[in-house]
Amino acid sequence: MRIAGGAFDPHAELADFANGRESAGGIVSFLGQVRQEPGDAVEALELRHFAPLTLPGMEQLVVRAESHWPLMAVLVVHRVGVMMPGDPIVLVACAAKHRRDAFASADFLMDHLKSSAWFWKREKTGEGWRWIEPRDSDHADLTRWQDVP
Amino acid sequence: MALLLLFLGPLEDVAGAGEIALDVAEPLTLAAIAERLEPELAVALVGAKIRMALNGNLVAPGEVMAGDGDELAFLPPVSGG
Repeated sequence: MRIAGGAFDPHAELADFANGRESAGGIVSFLGQVRQEPGDAVEALELRHFAPLTLPGMEQLVVRAESHWPLMAVLVVHRVGVMMPGDPIVLVACAAKHRRDAFASADFLMDHLKSSAWFWKREKTGEGWRWIEPRDSDHADLTRWQDVP
Repeated sequence: MALLLLFLGPLEDVAGAGEIALDVAEPLTLAAIAERLEPELAVALVGAKIRMALNGNLVAPGEVMAGDGDELAFLPPVSGG
């Protein structure tokens, strides 16, 4: 688990993660990247964090996932700083003996990283930088996991 | 040394800077800290949704007692990763 201040290579990260984990029957990974849709004026995205809370919060999240699903390993790489459209933002990978545990735990980790982790983001358009407000749907996503202690 | 105030996310724009150092003679409550700031910033900081971390640990607003050498961070609602 780490926070990356600069660009990372998700393919190399995944290759390293899979290396030596042959006993895992499945590895589910999710790569989030800076989205750009046609006509979208977003030129850049910046993510800020507060290390004293962000890192321990992510560690607790991984512990929670590992306590609930029988996982063999978890990888979380999260960018901070200024990113361009198409740049990787977050990579989550969960290795388990069976695929359903890997799918569910990766889904759990992403829902929490997107809605409750200590990150603030702003985007740049032709009109300058604008902070992104929390979305109600992010909080709704968390209710899916109320059964996970 | 001083009391260092950190402003995360959109609070940085209200404060006009990511951090402000206050010279303090003694530890201050949140209300006393707010009195030392611009009114617009003070109002934004005492909003119900703003959380606070004193030297990296979350504290309730009523528990804030921050003085020389302390770092008090103001954390608005997160916008997700």
